[in-house]
Amino acid sequence: MKRFLRLAVLGLGLGLVASMAHAAYSLDQLMADLAQNKGGRARFVEKRFVALLDKPVVASGEMLYTPPDRLEKRTLLPKPESMVLDKDKLIMERDKRRMSINVSSRPEAQAFVESIRSTLSGNRQALEAHYRLEIQGERTGWTLTLLPTEPEIAALLQRVTVSGSQKQVQRIEYLQVDGDRSELTIEVIEP
Amino acid sequence: MMSSRLRVFLLWLLLMCAGVAVVANSRFSTDISFFLPSRPTPEQQVLVSQLQDGSVSRLLMLAVEGGDESQRAVASRAMRKGLLAGGQFLSVQNGEAAATDGERDFFLRYRYQLSPAVNDQRFSEAGLREAVGDTIQSLASPMGLLIKPFLAQDPTGELLAVLEQLNPGAQPEMRAGVWASRDGERAMMLLETRAQGSDIDGQAQSIERVREAFDAAKAGMADGGGAGLSMQLSGPGVFAVKSRESIKAEVSKLLLISTLGIVGVLLWAYRSPRLLALGLLPMLSGALAGAVVVSLVYGTVFGITVGFGSALIGEAVDYAIYFFVQSGRLGLAHWRRSFWPTIRLGVMTSALGFGALLFSGFPGLAQLGLYALSGVVTAALVTRFVLPTLAGQVHSVPEPGRWVHSVLALLGQAYRLRIGVLALAMAAGSYLWLERDDLWGANLSALSTVTEAEGANDGRLRADLAAPDARYLVLVTGASQEAALQAAEEVGDRLDGLVHEGVIGGYDTPVRFLPSAERQNRRLAALPEPSVLQARLAAALVDSPLSASKLGPFIDGVASARSAGALQRKDLDGTAMALAVDAMLTRSVKGWNVMLPLRLPSDESDMPVARLEAALAGSGAVFVDMKGEFDTLYGGYVSEAVSLSLAGCALIVLLLGLTLRSPIRLMRVLLTLVLTVAVVIAGLHASGEKLHLLHLVGMLLIVAVGSNYALFFDRAAGGEPLDAATLMSLCVATLTTAIGFGTLAASRVPVLNAIGTTVGPGALLALLLAAVFVYPPQRR
Repeated sequence: MKRFLRLAVLGLGLGLVASMAHAAYSLDQLMADLAQNKGGRARFVEKRFVALLDKPVVASGEMLYTPPDRLEKRTLLPKPESMVLDKDKLIMERDKRRMSINVSSRPEAQAFVESIRSTLSGNRQALEAHYRLEIQGERTGWTLTLLPTEPEIAALLQRVTVSGSQKQVQRIEYLQVDGDRSELTIEVIEP
Repeated sequence: MMSSRLRVFLLWLLLMCAGVAVVANSRFSTDISFFLPSRPTPEQQVLVSQLQDGSVSRLLMLAVEGGDESQRAVASRAMRKGLLAGGQFLSVQNGEAAATDGERDFFLRYRYQLSPAVNDQRFSEAGLREAVGDTIQSLASPMGLLIKPFLAQDPTGELLAVLEQLNPGAQPEMRAGVWASRDGERAMMLLETRAQGSDIDGQAQSIERVREAFDAAKAGMADGGGAGLSMQLSGPGVFAVKSRESIKAEVSKLLLISTLGIVGVLLWAYRSPRLLALGLLPMLSGALAGAVVVSLVYGTVFGITVGFGSALIGEAVDYAIYFFVQSGRLGLAHWRRSFWPTIRLGVMTSALGFGALLFSGFPGLAQLGLYALSGVVTAALVTRFVLPTLAGQVHSVPEPGRWVHSVLALLGQAYRLRIGVLALAMAAGSYLWLERDDLWGANLSALSTVTEAEGANDGRLRADLAAPDARYLVLVTGASQEAALQAAEEVGDRLDGLVHEGVIGGYDTPVRFLPSAERQNRRLAALPEPSVLQARLAAALVDSPLSASKLGPFIDGVASARSAGALQRKDLDGTAMALAVDAMLTRSVKGWNVMLPLRLPSDESDMPVARLEAALAGSGAVFVDMKGEFDTLYGGYVSEAVSLSLAGCALIVLLLGLTLRSPIRLMRVLLTLVLTVAVVIAGLHASGEKLHLLHLVGMLLIVAVGSNYALFFDRAAGGEPLDAATLMSLCVATLTTAIGFGTLAASRVPVLNAIGTTVGPGALLALLLAAVFVYPPQRR
């Protein structure tokens, strides 16, 4: 049961980030810019591509980020549900049902959470505990790729690709080992 | 021809051997059943079975302290591995994910029997469209990864519906990947022993395994990193084992102290090893007879009862003292005629006091009463019928020393102290009156051997682990397992409403893992035949991103669930769910019981008892507050002890009245006893002792035992002057009794300690006050 919930944390990686990122040529510059993020509200659209399905599954809603470790994702369509990451606690609500789990209870769950949380807060050290980082492009169009270094995570996840332009994280893509993937596009409403 | 001495001796020896054989085959117990009611109400029955064999009674809580965070985590992981491999524990949790694939496969396999969402509507064309649509949308939710691998075989999401019922509630903190205390300074583990809570040997072995695992984990750490680590362990099993160890150690210690003290006094009085040996005969016979009778009547002898033997030694040895000292000077025939009636009366008052306890519903108390009663009566009988024959005519006891004559002279002047003693008694009485609201206040835990520090430590570990204390339960019963499960489902439906409203935080029930056959069959009956399902599915998923053609595994899964039929208890064997079900579903003499533990809406809130009882009204289910039951139980014991003590005292008064045949003499004896009790209780309370049930019993025993001594002084008041030898025997007898009971005061077992601190001083004081009030004044 807990394992499932922890796996579900993966889902957290699929929708997030209302951050203002300064594109940078070097990783350190990108991280330094991300660390100054003051948080804010954003709209998201999430598309999930699953081999078994003939069409992608689409969901949309709003996100709210309060640095350094609180993140809220409210899905409005097609069905309301919410997910709040507050420090190490992840609370999910759907159909009046509520679930709360501790994400640090398992290394791989921790890794998924770090991929979002530490990207948003520009915590290079925390990211590099779980991933090998690669940066490409320039300030107006950068791409940060996270490659899992731990076998438990690498067994599930090929890579996470975060891309943005200037101050804006525009897209996060999770590519799973079985080829299924999900992409999250983000548009800032208010900084 | 055999001499009569030899015949009597052989007969006695034969009985003793038989007694030893009985005792050697007796079962001795140190467990909590000493305190548990012998005639429990249904609510108390829940308490009893939970304490003895409930899953909570098998929990051990463990904390690793010292070192740093990662060292503690390494030790925690190593211990978990070691303990799981040993097989003595049903579960070893430290926050590391267990190998839950087995659990998941079980839920997947029986999803149609277990899912509360399965009904006719769910498998109609419209129901399928909605359920599959929901599942597909869930793929985009945090639950998506959970669902995805099972999409083709479970497109209606029954696995999720099953799992959603099992939300575990509060969880401990995590540090370095394992459970930690709230402050993060200790690594926490929660173990469940395979041994039942009432199996103290099994618990002791389990605790030993934990210690070994900790030592191994420490030794296995690199660079001596484990050196700074220490472990704390608590739980019902730890308390049970500790309690047994302390009772075991105490029993031999108490018997030794008491025997040494009494032998010392007797040697000083008799100056003869032969008389000493003879004098110990009635006492040994009494102690043995007590154990034999208890063993035959109850089947089990409590360790505490044996510890009480040290008090019995002091009391039973009295009769031999009277016999030797008094008959040595007067001759056997005169002794029988003149002193035996007084001794017999003393035996009878003691027997009435101890006998009153027989009617107690508190099994420990009833057993102490039976033990002491049979012991005292046997000792008296042996003194009367065996001892004279064995001792023969030759048993010269040393002449009473000069001090005895001095005391005898002083005794005549003791009445002069009356005013002073009355003033003291008035002071004690006023003190008791002023403190009357504050005298009694303890609960059943005052009788337990668990110390305050141990209790506090236990509470801390429990809070850090968010471990269940199972204070609130709902008890559901049924004539058969099926009936009990159906009743539990009905109660569960009512409780669901309360959970939904937030009145309670949640509850556990076995029907999540083992629904009633009736409910399972109703679910299975809702599953369509493969051809029907295929047709409905095709129609339902026309516009869906998930094509019906990919759902072959779903069609097969439904078909095999239909043919598999209802899940049985034996299908759970070998899974963690079997344990969970067995902990909640138990067989009793009358049928089956289901125990549903309740969770509070939050840590701080109180259980809304009235709402619960209203919701359960008419269902036949019983709401049980374990702490409330404990308090009620103790209250019942106390009020029972009050009536038994009063009845015992009334009988003693009646007996004395009938025998003494003089209201004045009776009043004097009673005055002595009442004042003794008042002074002793006031003294105990003033010295900070918390008075409880057993002090009350001690008061009864002061009356029963203390009256013996007053009776000898009363003989003098009746016109038979007290001689030096009788006075000496009286002093020695009181001294041995005070030593016997007083030894108990050295005990750390609260039951024994309370009796010792009350009766030990009480016996001495009764003698002194009897001298003041009962002995006739010798006016010069």
